[in-house]
Amino acid sequence: MELIEWTAHEAQQRLTAGEVSARELTEAHLQRIGTVDGSVRAFLTVTADLALAQADAVDERRRRGEALGPLAGIPIALKDNLNTQGVKTTCGSKILENFVSPYDATVIARLRSAGAVFVGKANLDEFAMGSSTENSAYHTTRNPWDLDRVPGGSSGGSAAAVAACEAPLALGSDTGGSIRQPAALCGVVGMKPTYGRVSRYGLVAYASSLDQIGPFGRDVRDCAELLNAIAGHDPLDSTSTDVSVPDFTASCVPQIKGLRIGVPKEYFGSGVSAEVGATVRAAIDKLTELGAIAEECSLPYTEYALAAYYILAPAEASSNLARFDGIRYGLRSRELAGHIGLMEKTRDEGFGAEVKQRIMIGTYALSAGYYDAFYRRAQQVRTLLRRDFDRAFETFDAIVTPTSPVTAFRVGEKADPLEMKLADICTIPVNMAGLPGLSLPCGFAGGLPVGLQIIGKPFDEATVFRIAHTYEAATDWHTRRPTL
Amino acid sequence: MPEYEPVVGMECHAELLTESKMFCGCRNAFGGEPNTRCCPVCLGMPGALPVMNKKAVEHVMRTALALNCRINPVAKFDRKNYFYPDLPKGYQISEYDFPIGVNGWLDIEVDGKPTRVHIRRIHLEEDTGKLFHVPGGDNESFVDLNRSGVPLMEIVTEFPPDIHSADEARAYLLKLRAILTYIGVCDGKMEEGSLRCEPNVSIRVIGSDTFGTKTEIKNLNSFRAVQKGIDYEVARQAELLGRGERIPQETRGWNEAKQMTFSQRSKEVEQEYRYFPEPDLVPLQITEEWIEEIRQTLPELPDARKQRFERDFGLPPYDAAYLTDAPALADFFETAARASGDPKAAANWTMGDLARLLNTSETDISRSPIRPEQLADMIKLIGDGTINGKIAKSLIDEMFRTGRDPIEIVEEKGWKAIKDTGAIIALIDKAIADNPNVVADIKVKGLTQKKSFLVGQVMKGSQGKADPQEVNRLIDERLSALD
Amino acid sequence: MNSTLDRLPDNAGGSNKDSGMELSHEDVKKVALLARLELTDDEIEQQGRNLNGLLHEFEALQGLDVTGIEPTSHAFPVFNVLRQDEARPSLTREAALANAPEARDGCFVVPRILEG
Ligand SMILES: [Mg+2]
Ligand SMILES: [Zn+2]
Repeated sequence: MELIEWTAHEAQQRLTAGEVSARELTEAHLQRIGTVDGSVRAFLTVTADLALAQADAVDERRRRGEALGPLAGIPIALKDNLNTQGVKTTCGSKILENFVSPYDATVIARLRSAGAVFVGKANLDEFAMGSSTENSAYHTTRNPWDLDRVPGGSSGGSAAAVAACEAPLALGSDTGGSIRQPAALCGVVGMKPTYGRVSRYGLVAYASSLDQIGPFGRDVRDCAELLNAIAGHDPLDSTSTDVSVPDFTASCVPQIKGLRIGVPKEYFGSGVSAEVGATVRAAIDKLTELGAIAEECSLPYTEYALAAYYILAPAEASSNLARFDGIRYGLRSRELAGHIGLMEKTRDEGFGAEVKQRIMIGTYALSAGYYDAFYRRAQQVRTLLRRDFDRAFETFDAIVTPTSPVTAFRVGEKADPLEMKLADICTIPVNMAGLPGLSLPCGFAGGLPVGLQIIGKPFDEATVFRIAHTYEAATDWHTRRPTL
Repeated sequence: MPEYEPVVGMECHAELLTESKMFCGCRNAFGGEPNTRCCPVCLGMPGALPVMNKKAVEHVMRTALALNCRINPVAKFDRKNYFYPDLPKGYQISEYDFPIGVNGWLDIEVDGKPTRVHIRRIHLEEDTGKLFHVPGGDNESFVDLNRSGVPLMEIVTEFPPDIHSADEARAYLLKLRAILTYIGVCDGKMEEGSLRCEPNVSIRVIGSDTFGTKTEIKNLNSFRAVQKGIDYEVARQAELLGRGERIPQETRGWNEAKQMTFSQRSKEVEQEYRYFPEPDLVPLQITEEWIEEIRQTLPELPDARKQRFERDFGLPPYDAAYLTDAPALADFFETAARASGDPKAAANWTMGDLARLLNTSETDISRSPIRPEQLADMIKLIGDGTINGKIAKSLIDEMFRTGRDPIEIVEEKGWKAIKDTGAIIALIDKAIADNPNVVADIKVKGLTQKKSFLVGQVMKGSQGKADPQEVNRLIDERLSALD
Repeated sequence: MNSTLDRLPDNAGGSNKDSGMELSHEDVKKVALLARLELTDDEIEQQGRNLNGLLHEFEALQGLDVTGIEPTSHAFPVFNVLRQDEARPSLTREAALANAPEARDGCFVVPRILEG
């Protein structure tokens, strides 16, 4: 097996054993990017020089006999909405085309000190608004399993990079499914941790009360390893929770005997394609076979999640994106105008259609007279969704559903924005309730990967990892690779 | 023309005295090179997040207690959304429906008439940056974000307003500043903008229970400006109504040079701030314990201190009010009063010669070259007759100039009063001998008023160090001894 | 009318408009101005159609009985996250201005602001 196909933990063993150097590993991945990214287009920026410098530094430290962490020398792709000092951070938007960040996001700082190797900034739907990367202002990333299809989104670049072996690990962000849905469509593992588990400092905000940063990997252990490195309280993020962080790799043991798993019937409705439904049901049977107790349950308010999400997220976004006014950084319209005109023109030129759409929705939903009918009501629905899960978790240790109702769709296939939004019906409620959710490969439909979503109790990523690892250990879906 | 009464609401912003800004670690200071106290948070960089400054929160709690407010058990922050080049994030983090303090009051007195001014709310927010223009740069403005994110406290009076004149507005502002400086939450410098006041003014026919359209006055940066601005608005509005015109609801700026207000922005089109709870911050839970802890840190407030000065030092109300206006002044006086054991004298010297010297040299009392203990020593020197009042006037000037101890100066300059009667009698006898005709006028013509001439001669001879009363007495003795 | 709260939008009070309404061209224009988006008439039309489409979706929520349901703004209730009042180093001015479209004399430069 080639270097580039190693998981992070496999690569780490070989680095520690001295079978390979960080530079060799990095060069192999940069070469792979050179070979396949012309067609996959997972990256917006490839940071070869930075990567090699980081790799050499790790090799040097190893030569000096320093103790190195599990991520030292491991290549990683970073979603381009994570501030990375000295590197372009565009959010897939024209309005930040030449923005070179003056600071590191907390997760980036932690990865730097862990010795991780940054190979590049991954493509995304503009400001993480979308489910296909088709909203990127630069280009659409292609699904490594079928280059005519989308990788999902918004973290499509991160998912595709890992699936195409351009990097063993990647970071993404998930507001309504933006890690789990592309992980499902690209046949890799992706997790959205509990809200507050990982610092959001330096993540360019889409919807602050829903956003979480999370890991991508080609197996569950790699995701656990990466989450270990980025999780934990951060004094720079008031919403990062001050709770102890367990070693998530310790949960990667094949043991789910007696675990109670809820299967919410609302997640297998008409929206879910027959093949996906069948594949996920088969995976659930596998879990019972492995000792888990699966029972159908109900989360009755699920049907309201989408509408509530499309009020709350755009409302927060309309405010979060107000700072892009062409004054302190980013694009400024060249047209002459007073300061009001300057802002309007700059934002008109700098934002894409979907972003403008969401800014409009959010602005309207917050405007005088409609707040109670929209924003407040949506927040109340959020409470009802949380109660749904609270009730379910009185009985169950975890909940499993499809990650995406459908497999990867063709580029340009979902022109209707509303149809596109349905791609997130299975993942949105998890963000609304702030819960941890993981997607892992559980089979194929028509040659395209299908994802199984495992939802856990607040701050109980451990149980989610345990279930995922147990399933993974008993199946080989995660070992399948697209041919490029 | 009917008689109108002014109706004035006060909206004051106070920059809080903290080391760092409201939501980031940048230094909170005045002036300096533009954009040198900025970081990703206060620049509104993508991805940066706010974290609340505990001291700023406690300053607002302190103020709420000093202004007799109720403190909300749960206070939260909201986003006030609007676009402006000095507002980096496109929203101001403020408090909308759950401010820290509500329903307080503050007592003022104008011409002996006491008024209780009710306060509606006190909330915490962040200041904006500064926009300025340079001569020549006609079509551009410059943005300095050093002030962006400085903790700002907003204090709003209750509606309907209790203030019905510019004098009352001024008294309110003076009292407010005194309290804020006493409790150490704001330096009260209107000229530096650390205390800003935006009165909203309307007028109505006296006795009417409906309110007129209000106008808000901005950029008033002195107490005088506040008073003049309100007076101007009241007159202007009365004139408009007199002409049967309506008053447009608007924001008007104060032009210090022209001493008039001018229309700035029409408020007719209601701004839509689209408030919603700030998702990047969590709410404040303010417990009784926390409130108590803060209450313990409250010093004696201006009113209490004024009353104590009247009671313990027997000061007249005017003096007591004058001396308690600012904490530094009150501290200076109190130290001098106690050390000298002569409060009345301490008050007179502090409000008289010392105030004169401080004003002419534009020195703040906190930086006075004369320490209160030194002033007390000087008062003692007068009290025990070591020097006389005339010499004291030159002495305090010298003390202010050099900052040296009074006794030192007196010794060096030989300013001690002459106690030796013999020496004085010698001077008197010389004066009598030198001015026979004056003596004749007194003794023969009985022109006793001419005696002052002899006193003058003797004082001159003593270089002012003789005690004038003593000299008078002895001259009478010597004159009668002539027969 | 002299009070702050009255100067704030009505969104503290109950919603006073029927949210099921269709948005007119003018309504959409007003929202675009609030959002500082200069939209062409075609864009306004397009946005209007999408907005009205979504409003239709949102009507699902209007049927829901939410009386007495607390709104959730944070997934988990946390209070009093405060930092000590300590000054930390700022960015250098060069770094602060590095991304500015226009900067001079240590300041960001914008078109002249007329109103105060
Ligand atoms: Mg304010
Ligand atoms: Zn700062």
